[in-house]
Amino acid sequence: MLRGVELRGVRIPHNKATAELATVRMPVPTQVIMPMNQHVGAPCEVQVKRRAHVDVGTLLGHTDARMSADIFSPVSGTVREIRSIHYSNGRSTQAVVIESDGEQTIDNNIAPPEVTDYASLVEAVRHSGIVGLGGAGFPTWLKMDSDLSTIDCWLVNGAECEPYLSSDYREMVEHPDTILHGIRTCLDFSGVPRARICIENNKPRAIELLREMSAGDDRIEVFELPARYPQGASRVILRNVTGRSVPRGGHLTDVGALLFNVTTMSEIGRFLQDGMPLVRRRITVMGDAIETPQNLEVCIGTPVKEILEFCGLKSQPRKVVIGGPMMGITQVEFDAPIVRANSGLLAFTNELVDRPQTTACIRCSACIDNCPMRLAPIDIQKAYMRRDVEKLDELMADLCVECGTCSYVCPAKQPLAQSTRFARAFLRAKQREAKGRR
Amino acid sequence: MEQLPLHPAEETNQPLLLLTAPQLTSPVSTQSIMRDVLIALAPAFVASVVVFGWRAALVTVVSVASCVGFEWLWCRLRKTPNTCWDLSAAVTGMLLAFNVPSTLPLYMVVLGAFVAIVLTKELFGGIGCNFANPAIVGRIFLAVSFPAAMATFVAPGSVDLVSSATPLAPASGAHTYLELLLGLHGGVLGETSALAILIGFGYLLVRRVITWHVPVVYVGLVALLSLLVGRDPLAQVLSGGLLLGAVFMATDYTTTPATLRGKLVFAVGCALVTCLIRFYGNLNEGVAYSILFMNLFVPHIDAVTRNTPVGGERVRKGR
Repeated sequence: MLRGVELRGVRIPHNKATAELATVRMPVPTQVIMPMNQHVGAPCEVQVKRRAHVDVGTLLGHTDARMSADIFSPVSGTVREIRSIHYSNGRSTQAVVIESDGEQTIDNNIAPPEVTDYASLVEAVRHSGIVGLGGAGFPTWLKMDSDLSTIDCWLVNGAECEPYLSSDYREMVEHPDTILHGIRTCLDFSGVPRARICIENNKPRAIELLREMSAGDDRIEVFELPARYPQGASRVILRNVTGRSVPRGGHLTDVGALLFNVTTMSEIGRFLQDGMPLVRRRITVMGDAIETPQNLEVCIGTPVKEILEFCGLKSQPRKVVIGGPMMGITQVEFDAPIVRANSGLLAFTNELVDRPQTTACIRCSACIDNCPMRLAPIDIQKAYMRRDVEKLDELMADLCVECGTCSYVCPAKQPLAQSTRFARAFLRAKQREAKGRR
Repeated sequence: MEQLPLHPAEETNQPLLLLTAPQLTSPVSTQSIMRDVLIALAPAFVASVVVFGWRAALVTVVSVASCVGFEWLWCRLRKTPNTCWDLSAAVTGMLLAFNVPSTLPLYMVVLGAFVAIVLTKELFGGIGCNFANPAIVGRIFLAVSFPAAMATFVAPGSVDLVSSATPLAPASGAHTYLELLLGLHGGVLGETSALAILIGFGYLLVRRVITWHVPVVYVGLVALLSLLVGRDPLAQVLSGGLLLGAVFMATDYTTTPATLRGKLVFAVGCALVTCLIRFYGNLNEGVAYSILFMNLFVPHIDAVTRNTPVGGERVRKGR
């Protein structure tokens, strides 16, 4: 049977102007704001008191819930307050606000972890605060703790398909050694036979460098992918690299694969060496409001405002996005902090500010042809407008990965990604409701 | 909200914009697509003026003007936003003109435009909502209402009104392949020069407005079936409205199926009906009717040719 064209994705101008700029380390900010839910799962409980002194690496947040990841202080200084902060999506969370003293004294408990087997590796990562750094924020230790008996491939995602962003690319170019150290350690202890580092072919230097450095190791393969959006979405990259597709409602582990972001692997490699939990990360700062676009290594929790001031502003931004231009989230406050899973900060004055007017759908099927999950976004939108649960179920709206391709390609500028997002939440809620009634 | 103390001169009280992802949108719009279709139709327009003279240009101008005019009037009367600038009415006007002979009285052209724009498109909800191709319905309306006028063709290169048969009429065989390719024969405006249509097809492919599948399958299957029943496949392909229909009307977004599989079913259906009409029917030409016929099946084709989502395969099999 004809299956149509396989996962194509779209060519979106990459606009990675900062790709060849070496990472700049931003000075320690005057204060950091550390929200307690910088990951998928249960929020942490605050472990410090107001006015307490903290050092770099001091535990700030912890919970006994499994699906969580500890939060550590990125600066030394004093806890000024513990307050609730609001995200631009309307949710709120507890946050620890730390006034930094600029000393950056390191917590006494910081020491490289002792790893003797896979269980101790997972346990070490559990206390490293490392989460999926590609944007997902899924606790890494929990992913590593899955049943490994069926896993035949340790996939490392270096696609970085989001336009503008180049922080993963810089990691691959600047720290290929820690990436490979992380991967090798994981392979050694887990018994997974091979690893594939998947990189889009618009990053030839990273491909070449990692191939060169992993040349002696048969287990590690660098896999070149066409540069198409959304190549880096987990289900898309899995399909394109292994040919497998995750069943509806399932996870990658159900089809024998584990997937980690390349910077996540690098952080594991680095953590194994120096024992410092995840407290800093690289973000790409870009946009037409920014004076000096660059890749910046910042303390997690640094407020957007301090980063914008450091990079300089050409004009007053009207739109601030944390993340990339396709999946990033617009911010309403300049006080919003950068959290662990963020890889970009974009500030716009004119560019990407005005939305084109929505016009009538002309049934061109661009959304259907380009959906990486082969969904029918326009049909989902229509079914959602009618709140037709059965139809949404038939259309499998829950499989949407929120890549935004449908909205991008739509010539009528219909808000397809938004309606599919609503439809997915609506369908899931109704399904839960139905399950509860049974 | 706190303001950045960075550019006091430019400080405003505008709040930051809160918009859902994605922030990026592609530069392609309905208008740019329709503009590309108009550009792709230009070679055929030039060819028709060369072959049939100034009256071809007049018919085209009247057709486009009345289609756009009816759309403007409709929006005005209904007090809805003016949609003329999406250029879809202009495309309909071009296609309608390409479907009539250069000798057609102008009031008939205006009537055809009324049927196309008002009766076929706007009454069903405007752009994107019509179930049939407006230009095709306009053509069929004219052919049924004014059969004599619609079959009066001018011989190429002359201004005399000569009722000459189209190459597909029984007297066929009077034209060489080269004449057919260049369009040096009688017929409706857009059906004459195969070469001009192919240039437009190439442009649409390059601009990714359409894919090759429907035109190639449609035309290829007609050629194959002609061969099977012992007719000259090349003459069948180059004459009549086949190329115009396959490239510009069987690829219309609104009135064809959504998925590739659906489009292929549509193309095969068009080819079968065209051949049935051409070989065994009373009409010389079957393209317009075959596309209209298949337009009616689009919802059903769509329903059975939906893509299986990635990850939905097993679930579907389980049912």
